[in-house]
Amino acid sequence: MSYGRIEHHPVLGPLPPAATVSFSFDGSHYTAREGESIAAALLASGIRTLRLHEEHGSPRGIYCNIGHCMECRVTIGAKSGIRACLTPVKAGMDIRSGTVLPTPFRQATKSDRSLSL
Amino acid sequence: MNTNCDLIVVGAGPAGLAAACSAAQAGLKVLLLDEFMKPGGRLLGQLHQEPGGAWWNGIREAQLLVLGAQEAGAVIETGVSVTGLERTRDNGWTLWTNQGRYRSPYVLLATGAAESANPLPGWTLPGVMSIGAAQVMTNVQRVRVGKRGVVIGMNVLAMAIVSELRLAGIDLAAIVLPPGNALSGSSSDPEAVLESLVRFADLAPNAMLKYGAKLLQSSMTRNIALNLYPKQGIRMMGVPLQLRRCAIEIVGRDAVEGVLVADVTPRGEPIAGSERFMEADFVCIAGGLYPLAELAAVAGCPFRYVPELGGHVPVHGENMQTPVPGLYVAGNITGVESAKVAIAQGRVAGLSIAFSAAAENAPDEAEIKDAMKQVKRIRQEALIQFHPDIARSRAKLYQTETV
Repeated sequence: MSYGRIEHHPVLGPLPPAATVSFSFDGSHYTAREGESIAAALLASGIRTLRLHEEHGSPRGIYCNIGHCMECRVTIGAKSGIRACLTPVKAGMDIRSGTVLPTPFRQATKSDRSLSL
Repeated sequence: MNTNCDLIVVGAGPAGLAAACSAAQAGLKVLLLDEFMKPGGRLLGQLHQEPGGAWWNGIREAQLLVLGAQEAGAVIETGVSVTGLERTRDNGWTLWTNQGRYRSPYVLLATGAAESANPLPGWTLPGVMSIGAAQVMTNVQRVRVGKRGVVIGMNVLAMAIVSELRLAGIDLAAIVLPPGNALSGSSSDPEAVLESLVRFADLAPNAMLKYGAKLLQSSMTRNIALNLYPKQGIRMMGVPLQLRRCAIEIVGRDAVEGVLVADVTPRGEPIAGSERFMEADFVCIAGGLYPLAELAAVAGCPFRYVPELGGHVPVHGENMQTPVPGLYVAGNITGVESAKVAIAQGRVAGLSIAFSAAAENAPDEAEIKDAMKQVKRIRQEALIQFHPDIARSRAKLYQTETV
């Protein structure tokens, strides 16, 4: 589903022209307006989910959109924990969503229990 | 390490930009840091009509402030997040950022405000965002936040942004109250909400609401109004304002699919059996604003709790100086108010710092006093009063805290 852009605004006027850059998110290709945030570019393409919760895997997207809440963190290249709402898209950027991480201590507790010693 | 400036301003919103301009005009070398990709702060998202009919366009106002600061010689760096600051042995400051360290004898914190959350079940689903997030996405990024939304929370910021979303053609199903819980406090109480709505009814484009507001100034008429208030709400800018309905849960599997709402009594208690599902693909939570003041705490500045100003504020005098040497504050970090007040405060801060630093073209005390008077004048004329007792609580703060 595509949400798209607000091309015409009764007070702000037409969307100013901007160059287009392409980038990838989880291996799929998207385009952005040069200078816009990763979060804006993805939402314009209908992408709301930016990561899965590290522990229980529930989907997360932007919440505050201005850098305070840290909900929109993604991985760019080798760098994790980047806020999608504050980071402008650059041409060729390889962006990955956050995924579930191992929780070895919890798992140990669970498996200990399941062994029902 | 960057050491080539007299003043570092943290936050390039209205207060920071105005401060940078007046300090640079007085002859200081000013560096302005902001973590967003463009300067302007939350002013960028603002868009409303002034009483005379002229539009207050935040993007244009921000451009003017940026030009003013740059023409005065201030340097603006965006994409820089300041994470900490510490006093150095030579009476200056070291700032830690994601772009390395910076040093400066004077620091002005103009970090603005953040939004309080009113958590409820389902609020972590993609598609749920703060009302300010929707404002930035709509007016600054020009991206549609969704097809049909529900706003949870009724306060001055929510009402202003609802009209901005409508202006951009974004469809809203309803504005409902947050559920009553330990965090929502009076924001889930219909009478308290109605009382606060009356304060900014002059903003309402609907004549009936303006007229109604005058009637609702007494508690008795408010009670009658609440008992008679239609459950489906009264339309405001085409959006039903449902004072007698609250959100119970945001529903969806991978993203927002809708909101479970329930009718409430005039006292805000959900009525059993009245639950219904309201379809939506996005939700805006409007919990109000509080001063974003962590950096002042890190710097060792003492705080006061002033509810009228939005919460804990760093102790400061009317000249924007804190008790910590070389540390100043301006704008919403000192209390939640309009952008125009922030601009006026920024000017005071810039002049005070230039005076302290004995800058080449430093102002005299009379000029600083004039700038301080200007803050009061603008506060009186402010269209949006975030709290009725701002002026009184500020007077009290400045009387007890002579810095």
